[in-house]
Amino acid sequence: MHGDHACAEGALAAGCRFFGGYPITPSTEIAERLARRLPEVGGVFIQMEDELGSTAAVIGASAGGARAMTATSGPGFSLMMENLGLAVMMEIPCVLVNIQRGSPSTGLPTMAGQSDVMQARWGSHGDYAIVAYAPWSPQEMFDLTVLSFNTADRYRVPVLLMADEVVGHMVERVEIPATGEIPYWPRKRPIAPPNGRFLPFLAEDDDLVPPIAHAGEGYKLHFTGLTHDAFGYPDMTATTHHDLVTRLKNKVGRNAKKIIRVDEYYLDDADIVVIAYGCTARSARRSVRLARQKGIRAGLLRPITLWPFPEERLKELAMTVDSFIVAEMNLGQIALEIERIIRGPVKGIFHAGGSMIAPEPILQAIEEANGV
Amino acid sequence: MSEVQISERHPLDGVIRTDRMPHIWCAGCGIGIVMRCYGQAILDSGIEIKNHVVVSGIGCSGRVAGYMNMDSYHTTHGRAIPFATGLKLANPDLMVTVFSGDGDLAAIGGNHLIHAARRNIDIKVICVNNFTYGMTGGQAGPTTPLGAMATTAPFGNPELPFNLPFLLSAAGANYVSRWTALHARQVRQEILLGFNKPGFVFIEVLSPCPVGFGKSNRIEDALAELSMYRDRCVLVDKDTRIEQVGIDLREEREIYVGNFVDRDQLPYTPPRFKEEQ
Repeated sequence: MHGDHACAEGALAAGCRFFGGYPITPSTEIAERLARRLPEVGGVFIQMEDELGSTAAVIGASAGGARAMTATSGPGFSLMMENLGLAVMMEIPCVLVNIQRGSPSTGLPTMAGQSDVMQARWGSHGDYAIVAYAPWSPQEMFDLTVLSFNTADRYRVPVLLMADEVVGHMVERVEIPATGEIPYWPRKRPIAPPNGRFLPFLAEDDDLVPPIAHAGEGYKLHFTGLTHDAFGYPDMTATTHHDLVTRLKNKVGRNAKKIIRVDEYYLDDADIVVIAYGCTARSARRSVRLARQKGIRAGLLRPITLWPFPEERLKELAMTVDSFIVAEMNLGQIALEIERIIRGPVKGIFHAGGSMIAPEPILQAIEEANGV
Repeated sequence: MSEVQISERHPLDGVIRTDRMPHIWCAGCGIGIVMRCYGQAILDSGIEIKNHVVVSGIGCSGRVAGYMNMDSYHTTHGRAIPFATGLKLANPDLMVTVFSGDGDLAAIGGNHLIHAARRNIDIKVICVNNFTYGMTGGQAGPTTPLGAMATTAPFGNPELPFNLPFLLSAAGANYVSRWTALHARQVRQEILLGFNKPGFVFIEVLSPCPVGFGKSNRIEDALAELSMYRDRCVLVDKDTRIEQVGIDLREEREIYVGNFVDRDQLPYTPPRFKEEQ
């Protein structure tokens, strides 16, 4: 199955019933597939006038209780940053898919890139935290789309599926579990009936996630992008602002252990570790295998969650590993995060995008590190 | 003469978040009048309050969402209409009203406005038009009349404003009306009518902004602006040409009010193939 189609099927399997989007290469196949498939399951597909409207519509649909998503690429992702902040502040779950292409600006519409990964973390104004996954195969386009919906609902947070053009347009075998075997994490819902005093922004549990009620349920709730108190009412004070923004950030931080996923190859005895994600990790795995054939103790760490980044695992590795090589299809973005965590330099194999990084330059870097 | 009855209750207590009062609006502002009309129309609609939802953008009018005692969403600047679109399509049983201002709806949200009208999405839009950006202190906007003074048009506004009924009519809205904050009964009736009218309904309500607009444009106060409305308002009739109902406050021209567009186009309906195929 085609990676973009696997994403669309994953969304349907996860119970997504609303898609609002705007055509953009190389993500359009997701919209096209859902335009046909959503009506079959009683869902709604609407093509909006732009990505500002797409994201607003997705948040609106989710506020009404539907699992909702959109899909885009770099230029549209930039427009989505506005309402990404709104979803963070209103704590309305949603899934935004970015099939990355060569950027900045219009860049390389039909060719791959991985240069929106820092934008995924910091693109909207203000301090906040989101969850971002980086799939490396059509199978993961399916599985991580399901997980994206579950994570978004579980933590009342926007989730970004940061794929790239190679994975989006790749055709590979995808195993779709039987209907009953698709994991489903429901939203935390209010226990109190609508006539009681339910506080939609009061996080009483350790996970810092308040329950959510939807439009039309009778709770008469207020949601705003303004700084707000536990009722959801605007409260323009420094203390409320600090408490709210801190909780929104810690909501992801405190649950990071549960959220973070990594994939590892040959790390048990590795002296040299390659870190790569998305399509680049496919080349990196090949490089590591070739290095092992040459007797070099190389391994691969593939972050599946880019955000929150697998910081603890990396710190563990840093105690025993001699050198880190970071391969990514940008001019060094996640490498900065890694250098921050290991408190030292990494060897970067960077490419601005347009063609996949081949195994050879990564293998060469491994061999050079081994010779040092 | 009967004894004066003093009530602790206000007729709109049920639909207003009284714990949020006092509101933020300046003395003489017309938004409160329009909000009161909306609240009364909700009570008169016969639709359960839990099925009413209000969505606002940013600005003074955008604060209405925070004051209505119902499910309410105060969204980003200009995005109330697409937010409402998603909400309505995911929950067709809800009566979704967008309550916002002219700058929010017609400038930063202008693209969403015309496309929602084109689609004939079944949402109701109440647009309080005060000819200015009030909350930020009186800057020129898409409805500021040519020549009017604004903090960002210190030599007079060099741009032509939108004629909103004409714009909405051309874009395909099912129902378009204009009234003023002076016409409280008509505004209430029009909103109520809008609830019962399928498709995209757009109600423009001209409103004084004595601080942000009136002061710099030689309108003495809110009352003076309301009496200007009274003097100049003309009810639309069959000879009124919608392309000529744009507003020019500087000259002694008529301000056309009433219903401009009343169509029966089918509202947007998402395709449903579940049963058929």
